Amino acid sequence: MKELKASMAGTVLNVLAAEGQAITPGQAVLTIESMKMEIPVEAEFGGTVEKIHVEIGGFVNEGDLLITVGE
Amino acid sequence: MKKILIANRGEIARRIIRTCNRLGIETVAIHSEADGDLPYVSEATEAVLIGPNPVVQSYLQVEKIIEEAKKRGVDGIHPGYGLLSENADFARKVAAAGMTFIGPSSDIIEKMGDKIESRRTMIQAGVPVVPGTEEGVKSLEEALQEAEVIGYPLMLKASAGGGGIGMVRCESEQALTQQFESVKNRAKAYFGDDVVYLEKFIADARHIEVQIFGDHHGNLVHLYERNCSVQRRNQKVIEESPSPNLPQEVRERLCEAALQAGKAVNYTNAGTVEFIVDSNNEFYFLEMNTRLQVEHPVTEEVTGLDLVEWQFNVADGGELPAQDTIQTHGHAIEYRVYAEDPKTFFPSPGKLEKLQWGEGARIETGYEEGNLVTPFYDPMISKVIIHGADRDEALSKSQAFFNNVTINGVKTNISLFKEFVGSEQFVSGDYATAVLPQWMEKTKEEHTL
Repeated sequence: MKELKASMAGTVLNVLAAEGQAITPGQAVLTIESMKMEIPVEAEFGGTVEKIHVEIGGFVNEGDLLITVGE
Repeated sequence: MKKILIANRGEIARRIIRTCNRLGIETVAIHSEADGDLPYVSEATEAVLIGPNPVVQSYLQVEKIIEEAKKRGVDGIHPGYGLLSENADFARKVAAAGMTFIGPSSDIIEKMGDKIESRRTMIQAGVPVVPGTEEGVKSLEEALQEAEVIGYPLMLKASAGGGGIGMVRCESEQALTQQFESVKNRAKAYFGDDVVYLEKFIADARHIEVQIFGDHHGNLVHLYERNCSVQRRNQKVIEESPSPNLPQEVRERLCEAALQAGKAVNYTNAGTVEFIVDSNNEFYFLEMNTRLQVEHPVTEEVTGLDLVEWQFNVADGGELPAQDTIQTHGHAIEYRVYAEDPKTFFPSPGKLEKLQWGEGARIETGYEEGNLVTPFYDPMISKVIIHGADRDEALSKSQAFFNNVTINGVKTNISLFKEFVGSEQFVSGDYATAVLPQWMEKTKEEHTL
């Protein structure tokens, strides 16, 4: 099980993956608005999305858990 | 006015405090937890912690800010730019609480904040607007039908949008079909309103705006134009006045049209009328910003006036001077220094380990050496405003200035300015809104070769 964490504080604008969905490395899974810029968050690894820990409109801090990815 | 509250942060709060100090007006600053150490907080007469870091919990807390203002006995509230500055509900509540909102009336803010309504108002007033739909387009079918009349490429825009957010360029029927729902959804998420409309896309356009001012005695004046065409991500990076490559006769008509736009809504206080100007110098109304602009110092440098002082005068019931007393001298350029990667434009928060500006410019900054640029707000570290007897002098002073700036601890776009200021595209003055991305693309190719 791998964890995708926020590299920067910001507001979650969009969730682009769903639980149970297969993702590949480099795929954009979230969009976060930070410092007036929309930043796509890319998966650093592939696998199956086990759990999405954030919701649209929510605020995340640097290091917060965003998505748990299983094999 | 003896005491005011500033419902903002960083450089603009500091800028307002400076004028207040000169005029003998006391100031109340508000700040989030992260902003407690910034200079504006200690420079204000009083300061109050308004809430946690996200803006919705601090700087956008309408009730809390008004309550604090009342408690501290202020006469007025200055909203700065961004945040609550174009929030008609806030302006209304400030007035209802018996204080002066330092800006136009809530009705004007409301009318101009709705882009479809503002377009309609300008059409009625005889101000040219970008060809497009007069009403919102409700369905994709309707959008496709209207698009046939307007022609591609076109812009799909949110009526409640602004500031470069909620707009997409569509090249074809296919693109419009693809984007329609997505833009509607985003408009709903961002602005709480999913009304969208279509506008013709004007190729090779410049973004030129006119500063206007109205008082409560029916006087309306303009303070000339600013060219804001150097942009990234639909957001401004460099602004200058006078606009290069604009015939005097067109400049006069542009300022006249801005006054016509202001008259149409009985405008009061500081406002900006934004126009799109095409390569044949045909111009079209884009939107009206009902507040002080980030780039107002450009106008201050060429006119020698203090626009924040004017805002207080007008809010206090004072009368504006006659149009012919407002003259410009020389040329001014403003550069927005951002904490960001100069190539990808990704934000780069961090500690300003070293911040050394050097000489030869007016610096408007919310930070001092040792402060943190936090990820919660705008990435702007500073505005650098340079004035010269003419554009050539302003450009050579700019080059000298950027060669001597040192900022350590965060990435900045200083290196971009250093090169771009000397580029043929910028020096020629003949540039449109695509100039910065085009120049970057070209430089990248040259480096690869």
